[in-house]
Amino acid sequence: MTVKLGRILLTVLAIALAVVWAFPVYWMVNSAFISTAVLQQFTPHFFPGEYFTTSNFTGAVADGSFFGALGMSVSITLLVVAFCLVFAFLGAVAISRFKFRGRKSFVLALLLIQMLPAEGLFIAQYKMMSSVGLLNSVVGVSVIYIAAVIPFTIWMLRGFVAGVPAELEEAAMVDGLSRFQAFMRITFPLLAPGLVASGVYAFLQAWNEFTVAVVLLPAEAAQTLPLWLRGFVQASATRETDWGQVMAASTIVAIPVIVFFLLVQGRMTSGIVGGAVKG
Amino acid sequence: MSAKSSAVRIQPRRTGIPYFLIVPAVVFLLLGLGYPLVWQFITAFQKYGLAQQFGKPPEWVGFANFAELLWKGEFWAVLGRSLVFCVVTAFVTVVVGVGMALLMNAVGRAARLILQISMLLAWAMPVAAATTVFIWLFDRRRGVVNYLLDAIPGVDMNRYDWLGNPATFFLVASVLIIWMSVPFVSFAVYAGLTQISDEVMEAAQIDGANAWQRFTRIVGPMIRPVLSIVLLLQLIWDLRVFAQITLLKDAGSKSGDFDLLGTYIYKLGASANDFGMASAVSIIVLLITLALSWVYVRDLIKEDEGR
Repeated sequence: MTVKLGRILLTVLAIALAVVWAFPVYWMVNSAFISTAVLQQFTPHFFPGEYFTTSNFTGAVADGSFFGALGMSVSITLLVVAFCLVFAFLGAVAISRFKFRGRKSFVLALLLIQMLPAEGLFIAQYKMMSSVGLLNSVVGVSVIYIAAVIPFTIWMLRGFVAGVPAELEEAAMVDGLSRFQAFMRITFPLLAPGLVASGVYAFLQAWNEFTVAVVLLPAEAAQTLPLWLRGFVQASATRETDWGQVMAASTIVAIPVIVFFLLVQGRMTSGIVGGAVKG
Repeated sequence: MSAKSSAVRIQPRRTGIPYFLIVPAVVFLLLGLGYPLVWQFITAFQKYGLAQQFGKPPEWVGFANFAELLWKGEFWAVLGRSLVFCVVTAFVTVVVGVGMALLMNAVGRAARLILQISMLLAWAMPVAAATTVFIWLFDRRRGVVNYLLDAIPGVDMNRYDWLGNPATFFLVASVLIIWMSVPFVSFAVYAGLTQISDEVMEAAQIDGANAWQRFTRIVGPMIRPVLSIVLLLQLIWDLRVFAQITLLKDAGSKSGDFDLLGTYIYKLGASANDFGMASAVSIIVLLITLALSWVYVRDLIKEDEGR
């Protein structure tokens, strides 16, 4: 009897925690659909109900800088994803299919580099980009992002390449294929899930990044979406903050990320903690 | 037969191929991180202020930048605050994360799924969006947190200004970071917990081990490797928070009492144009991070070789 009661209590606790954890996200979406005039009353509304409106979204998007920031974020993200996938794939093949002098130091460097804090390097990156005239440019930020994301994508793909037994390739080679042909016909198709997962990881990093963007994109005309969101809050802070629009803006920035994230989260957890968790 | 040993066998002779394969990645790493790292290191030992930015050649000053930091009360305050913030936040994150993982393991499928979905939502939120939402939740006048707290009889939180004083400012920052980081910890630990077979737990129960003994003798040792890695990662990540602090400061106060290492470097470099000092602080952050990462990397390599 007590076992059963304990289980019920635990279930109640789990659901209560779930509600608390989801609340900020719920509150963002809820506020985004309520007009600011209503949000400015001192009593919060827990459901949009009769106050439901989509005007916050149209208002946030109508703000002149939204499409510029969207364009910036999309171009940077595409560049980072494309370059990271190709280069990380090559790197992953190198460390999981070849033995070579310097392999161990390369792997070690990849792991250590992942730990370098952006905050410890941004002054130098700013100086470097300003001296070659790449401040406020897509290229400047992308170079830094690619460098920051490549180590983890190589590490992640390495697991996938190593997961395809080399015996399969050897068998194809016995059947007369060259080593390259064997790799492309046998191993490459099996890497598709790994490429998708690493691509989404690179997407999330580039889309969400804030710190490097603040430093390397000081011009208002060169904002990415996270910077646009910040500017939006700041601009409306001078008057009465337009919380309805700010929450609509946050929702716009968050939605693509939440969707993509749900696709790959399993891979990311196991990737981040390395071999320690075999998920 | 592991993939690794066969990879060695398939390799017939030394070739240059692997080097060609890693060249593109190495080029980007050198350009994006290597060069800045070296520049940062050199600049930390130079006088590099406003005059140097306008063309005056930087002057070597040895450890003068570091010595100046030693005498700056402000630096010690920022460093101390960052370390305390980082340790407390990381520790609470791991404790709460483990609790959530144990809870996920203990409840039925439906409750577990609900909990997992709500944690995934928190985990997926972009930092800028999440911080903005927290500023709105803790808004002085119309924030729902003050409204709910005020509704408790005897509690007067109407118009309480959370971001206005350092103690509650960092409390909000900490709650925000814990909210965002707990999902990673609990998913990682939960994955570890599912590796423990039911038979082992049942056998222990039959042998008379109570719940606490089962937790400390079986579950603890099983999830220890995951725990140590996760705690290290949290320490590394929480030491360098920048986005959350910057955005919260936008909404709160510009005062130096609200700085952590990341925003302090930004202030020295971007606002005060003292690149030499900013680089010196960066080097200190890098050294602390590197010391912590080294432990993590050593564990990872051990794991990798152990397979």
